Parts: sequence; C-alpha cells; structure tokens
Amino acid sequence: MDRTTRYALGALAAAIALVFAAILGVLLSHSVEALRYSGFRLVTGTTWDPVNGSYGAWGFVFGTLVTSLLALLLAVPVGIAVALFLTELAPRWLRAPMGILVELLAGVPSLVYGMWGVFVMAPLLRKPVEPWLDSHVAHMWGHPIPVLSFLFSGPKIGLGFLLAGIVLAIMILPTIVAISRDALLAVPRLEREAAYALGATRWEVARNALRSAKAGVFAASTLGLGRALGETIAVTLVIGNVATVALRLFAPGQTIASTLATQLNEATEPLFVSSLIALALILFVLTLLVNLGARLAIERPWRRSA
Amino acid sequence: MTSFWRKARNHSFTLLAGLACALALVPLVSITWYVAARGIPALSWSFLTHAPTAPDDPASGIGPALAGTGLLVLLAGVLGIPLGIAGGMWLAEHGRNARGSAFRMVLDAMAATPSIVTGIFVFTIVVIPQGHFSAFAGGIALALMIVPVVARTTEIALRGVPDSLREAGVALGATHTRTLFRVALPAARTGILTGSILATARVAGETAPLLFTALYAQQWVHSLGKPIAALPTLIFNYIQQPYPSLQQQAWGAAFLLFVLVFGANIVVRVSSHLRSRQP
Repeated sequence: MDRTTRYALGALAAAIALVFAAILGVLLSHSVEALRYSGFRLVTGTTWDPVNGSYGAWGFVFGTLVTSLLALLLAVPVGIAVALFLTELAPRWLRAPMGILVELLAGVPSLVYGMWGVFVMAPLLRKPVEPWLDSHVAHMWGHPIPVLSFLFSGPKIGLGFLLAGIVLAIMILPTIVAISRDALLAVPRLEREAAYALGATRWEVARNALRSAKAGVFAASTLGLGRALGETIAVTLVIGNVATVALRLFAPGQTIASTLATQLNEATEPLFVSSLIALALILFVLTLLVNLGARLAIERPWRRSA
Repeated sequence: MTSFWRKARNHSFTLLAGLACALALVPLVSITWYVAARGIPALSWSFLTHAPTAPDDPASGIGPALAGTGLLVLLAGVLGIPLGIAGGMWLAEHGRNARGSAFRMVLDAMAATPSIVTGIFVFTIVVIPQGHFSAFAGGIALALMIVPVVARTTEIALRGVPDSLREAGVALGATHTRTLFRVALPAARTGILTGSILATARVAGETAPLLFTALYAQQWVHSLGKPIAALPTLIFNYIQQPYPSLQQQAWGAAFLLFVLVFGANIVVRVSSHLRSRQP
C-alpha cells in the first residue's frame, strides 16, 4: 500500500479513537468538581436536592439497575426461545421472514416506544394488569404473601418501574435475538447431524445447540443489559420521574439517563451541571464495563469451541 | 412410551418457542397500527409546511422541525459517513493485528455508548465553549453515533470482496491505493450503503443526543450556529403538553418519523435479504 494512503487512513482511524478517549477525558474533567464536593455520597447518598446543595444519586442508580435487570429478566427467556425458533425449530420457509420482523423491532425509534408505552401499555397496566397482580399474586385469599406483596405494590397508575422494564425488554429483544442467533448458527453442523443420527428429536438437537452456544447467549444478554442501562427517552416517558428507593414495581422511579434528560437543561449552578456530568460519566463507565464483559465472554470459550 | 413423551416434548417446546416469537411481534404490530391510527389524521399540507403558531390554530404545522431533521441528518451523514468509511478501510487493510483489534474494541464501545452520553460530551466540548446551543453541535453528536456503525459495516463489506478481484487489479498494474478505491470499494458498495442508510436512519430518530446540543426552536432557522428544531425534539416537547391539539400534532410528527426510520429499515433489510438469497 502506498505510504500516503496508509498514513491518511491510519490518521483518520486514530482520530476516531482519539474522540472516544476524549469522551472519557472530558467527562472526567467536568466531573472533578462534583466528585470533590460529594465524593462517594454522589452514588450512595439518597437525597438529590440541588437547591440545598445535596447531590445523592442512589435513587437514580437504583432505578437504572432495577429497570435494566427487570428488562433482562423478561427479555432473556423470550429472546432465547425466539432465537431457537428462528434457527432450529421453525419450518424453514418461516425462518427468514420471522427473523426480519424481529430485526425490525430494532428499527422503531426509542421515542415511539416511549409514546406507545404511555398511551397503550400504561392504561393496560393501570386497569387489568396491576390490580390483578395485586389481588392474585401479591395476595392469596385476601392474605398478603410476604415478598410478593411488597414487590407488587405502589400506586397503580401504570407508569413506573414495571412499565419501564417491559418497554426496555421489548427494546433489547432484537439485540438478544440477533446475537444468540449468530451464536447458535456458529455451532458446528456436525454436532447437529451427530445428534440427529443418534435419533434425537428436533427439540433435543436445539437444546444441545443451545448448550454449545451458551457463551454467545450470555454475551447477547450482557449486550442487551448494556443497551437497557443507557436507554433514555423511552424510559423518561414511562417511568414517572420520581426517585423511589424501594423495590416496589408499581412505583414511579427515575434512572440516571432520565435524570440527565430532564435536569441538565435546568441546571444553572456549576456544581449542579458538574454533578450531572459525573452521573453521565458513571453511566458511561458502567456500559463500558458491561460491554467489556460481553466481549470477554464472546472471545474466549465460544470461539474455541466453534 | 418414552418415544411418545419425547415427541410430545418436542412438539410442546416447538409450540412454546413459536408462541414466544408471536409474542415478540405483538408490540411491532401494535405500535405500527397505533402510530398510524393516531398520526395519519393529523397530516395535511399545511401541517407539513407551516411553522407552529398558537396551539389550537388548525394552520399550525411542523415545517421547521421537518426541515431541521433533514438538515441535522444531512450534516451528520456528511461528517460521519466518510470518517466511518475511512476507519473501516483502515481496519480491512491494516487491521489484522493488535492495533486493529484495539480499534475494533473502541468502535464497539463507541457504538454501545448511550446516546445521551454522546449528547453530553458534545455539550461539554461544543456548547459550553461556544456559549450557545446550535444545529452544528447536534450534527456532530449524531455524526459520532454514525461513525462506529459505518466503520464496522465497511470493514465487513471490504473483507467480503474476493482476493481474486484485488489481485486482478494489481495484475493490471494498478497501485494498491488505486485497487482499493477503484476495485475493492465499488465491489463493497452495497454493504457500505446498507450500513450507512441504517446508521443514518437510526440517528434520524434519536432524541437524547439533541436535547443538549441542537436544543429546540419554534421558527424557521437559517443558520447552523443557532438552536434548531427536529422531529424527535418537537414530539418530546409536544407530547408532554396538556393541549390535545399539540398531542395530536405530536402523533402526526411521530407518524412521519416512524415512516422515515422504520421505512428505511424495511427497505434495507428486506432488499439485503432478497439479495443474499440469490446465488
């Protein structure tokens, strides 16, 4: 390759990498003021009251973790089932069109998911779903069940942790399906043929393939988690935006991302701005770590076995 | 007997997986139907071309936001796509080493960065120093989201070009650079185009990176240095207003956005699938 082209392309690639490093550096430098002022209380403190100078974001961190884990809990089983259906179980003619439809879920803008959550899902939760969960799951014959009655409690207004978890689950489903499907497709054909030759049913073959692809499925779930952590607009619309630090699924909550979306434009005090940027930094580092985890899972056992 | 149970289990799990798949498609159908049902009645010529006036004025429109989205997406594409292609070219040509995998890792991390974080980054490096929000800042934020996606798809598309094609180029006496630009890139254009369209469509629907960069404006804007409206930010503003007429307009705008983003996804994914089926 001619030297000029090579250096030019290399310089542009380096510029991209530099921008990425700059995100970390710039966010860090703008966070210093807040980190110096609040220290660990920025994450562990439970009072967020910028007017009186107390910046404790535990409520937002808690909301981020609860909604993302709830989304994962809902999306992973469905995602695995869909991936198995699309690669192993469905009739061959159905696989491609179904696959495209599931992929298309990724093509709906986040904002539209949020609006659909507010106008379609929230009324459904408010009327039949939340009262039903309260009277049939949280209570049995009128008696509260210990853990469940706490879990399924809160104002039954539709907006809150539960709705945010459901909407996020739908949004991360295509990610989980796509990567699980790749992992399943990477399972050697020989392994499948051997199982069929031994007389295994389609489902038994699928189960074996899933076992071989489990690192890939783990990575898929982790990447889904990464998406859920940082999702902003849909969550801002459906979560109710009142920080709650209790695992009551019907209660409104707040996440790091929804706090940033609703408060940064109102922040005038430098310390307030710095605290919000520090929250952005925390969110950024969190997603980086999650993605690193997914990458490690993909690179090690999966590739060796494939 | 055992064979009966194994068959039964086979069928019931297949059914269960099929039901999961159907369940996954319920939101897709519901969203499409609901957005169309609420959005289409709001559409009219004046809605598309007029600037917003009073909330209840029937002649009020979303023209500036529509134009703003066009401008922001154009800006993001012009900035982001060439840079992404260059990054992908470097990866495909010189990326089979440790530096290449490090760069790949950076691109993946960039693609996974929450869009709100990208928005805040641009807020700190462009908006704070300049002292004002601007269309320019919004375009940069969107461009940063385009780059990693285009880079990775470019790399994959270039890797898919058969070596024999490049060898033919070199055998004809072309330099490597010439072969790359005149043989490999054109051969990979479908993949690169697909990735670029998907990446651009995705950022067209993004709200979070615009909140602190392009901000919002009610009226027509004739400068890149001023805040500008976009469809997503307009919808986000209107949907939280108490006026039914503004909510109606928000749904009209959401329908347009949906058609734009979702339509691009359908066209690209279906056509690339059909192409891959042909031998």
